[in-house]
Amino acid sequence: MQTKDINENLAWAQINKDVMRSMMNPRMAYWIAIIACIVMISCAVAAEIYQYNVGMGVADLNWPHMWDLYIATFIFWIGMSHSGTLLSAILHIIHADWRKPIYRFAEAMTTFSLMTAGIFPVIHIGRMWNMYWVLPYYSDRGIWPNFRSPLVWDAFAISTYLTSSALFLFIGMIPDLAICRDNTTGWRRKLYTLLSLGWRGDDRQWRNFRRTYLLMACFLIPLAVSVHSIVSSDFAMSIMPGWHVTSFPPYFVAGALYSGCAAIITLFICLRYFFRLEEYMTTAILVKTCKLTFAIAMVWTYLNLIEFASVWYGHNAVDKELLIAKFTGPYSPYFWMMLFCGSVVPFALAFEKLRTHLPTMMVVSLVLNLGMWIERWMIVTPTLSQGYHPFAFDVMWPSMVQWAIVFGSFGWFGLLFLIFVKVFPCVSMYEVKEMCYHRKREALGIGHGSVGGGAAGVVPASKSDLEGS
Amino acid sequence: MSKRRVLGLFDGFDAAFAAINDIKAGNVSGVKLDDVEVLSPIEHPDIDEVLEYRKSHVPKFTLVGALFGMIVGFLFLASAQANFLVQPQGGKPVIPLPSNIVLTYEMLILFGVIFTVIAFLITARLLRKRNPLYSENVSVDQVGVEITLDESNLAGLKETFAKHGVLEVREGTL
Repeated sequence: MQTKDINENLAWAQINKDVMRSMMNPRMAYWIAIIACIVMISCAVAAEIYQYNVGMGVADLNWPHMWDLYIATFIFWIGMSHSGTLLSAILHIIHADWRKPIYRFAEAMTTFSLMTAGIFPVIHIGRMWNMYWVLPYYSDRGIWPNFRSPLVWDAFAISTYLTSSALFLFIGMIPDLAICRDNTTGWRRKLYTLLSLGWRGDDRQWRNFRRTYLLMACFLIPLAVSVHSIVSSDFAMSIMPGWHVTSFPPYFVAGALYSGCAAIITLFICLRYFFRLEEYMTTAILVKTCKLTFAIAMVWTYLNLIEFASVWYGHNAVDKELLIAKFTGPYSPYFWMMLFCGSVVPFALAFEKLRTHLPTMMVVSLVLNLGMWIERWMIVTPTLSQGYHPFAFDVMWPSMVQWAIVFGSFGWFGLLFLIFVKVFPCVSMYEVKEMCYHRKREALGIGHGSVGGGAAGVVPASKSDLEGS
Repeated sequence: MSKRRVLGLFDGFDAAFAAINDIKAGNVSGVKLDDVEVLSPIEHPDIDEVLEYRKSHVPKFTLVGALFGMIVGFLFLASAQANFLVQPQGGKPVIPLPSNIVLTYEMLILFGVIFTVIAFLITARLLRKRNPLYSENVSVDQVGVEITLDESNLAGLKETFAKHGVLEVREGTL
């Protein structure tokens, strides 16, 4: 196992070379993953065309099951988006520098998850050509969204989050785009020249860059929390049993962080293999991510228990009936599977031997995300199956059309992500350099204010000592 | 007297900072610290100290953006609600404060972020044509010290650069 987060002796030129090379020559597995994603998208497109032509009936979406997999998967993707930017921002503010080699792809994950999530309400509407009706513009039809509705809050919050996290990703990438500009030719050079906005790395740019990045991180933390709280309001502000729960906002935020962290582990292992990034995505960093995931898993488990307890000890008979039905009714196998995947499997993350075994971690992270996906389905479907009206009690299994579209959404996300990591550096080169530089300074016992800038202009270490050889 | 722009490329921060300290000490005539810019592959933690703290104005834009977003966001919602009285209100106020706070908050953040990014583009002087003196080695591992000075002081500066082991000196006109 690698005990250090990064080998601080990596030469800066080597860092540029390694990361740039990874963008040019991935392993064959990368191309296989691309093909798999295209196949998955094709399934979804075929299903959507069929649904579009025949009507929403083929999705089996009907009263009382107006919401099903589409909305459950929408929540799943919104949740998935949380860890990337939120964790990156939190770890940036607390100066946890081990985030540096992995934050870029985690932030990209946020952006693409949101783009995937955004597709589901459109598909769910059915008459997608009328999507623009939800936009607040002056019209003779006199249609305005109801600004009191959490569904409208959702649209605003998700648009804000998508805009902000995409800008956060882009701004953080500018110095690396300049490196790419300086080291490529052809279409790549043109693209990077355009996107690097004329970055040259002068002190004015660095100073404003740092301040901008910090301020954006400060905005993104409350924003991310508010987005998933608002998504939880879609449910919590109704009076339906199983949804009208006070602890829903923190429960949703914890669930979002949990699934996002699990996804980071999955993508970490994939990228490390695809792009031969073993020097940068080290097992020491994976272990830290696993510990974080385990802690969040325990928070999520606790919030589940709180939810069960508050329903059990409350006096709402319908709520209690629904809870018992979840434990023993037709959806109980999925409910128990959710608890097993979400609360028992994460204990694998507590063992050092398992944490450092990449194939095991790959399986564990996928199982965790399966659990989190079932969690979202278990939020949506049982309540609609067993609401306040006994005549409407029903058991529903999603149609193949819904399954195909959900399946395809994973392909859509995967394809966007894989294209991104091939075109843009998935490891932040300048931040890895900073990480190596600072770690080397720490190792040499050089504190802040002692290099070159002291009153006496002391020069205590040579370049080869600090910047690798 | 014509002005010149000179870029000295150094092997690392230490050599570059030593050269700047010489300039600060007045060892190069006609060059002030304000004329010095440092180009580097990373941001050095001591750069502010060496260049004697230069302020960033980005936070001011952020504050203005956040306030703008809050005010415009609320007014947008309120004007939309006041324009559509046909919508059944169920006895509730036409412009409800508690539920409008949620969207006002989102607008505050959105405009705060957008203004911050705009401020960055302006204050960092991005989207301009790059100075031809730029060296691609700066994005690898070298540190550049760029100075604007009168041609008559060029020899003294080059001497100082050479004393601190400059790897390459590039010259250009303003």
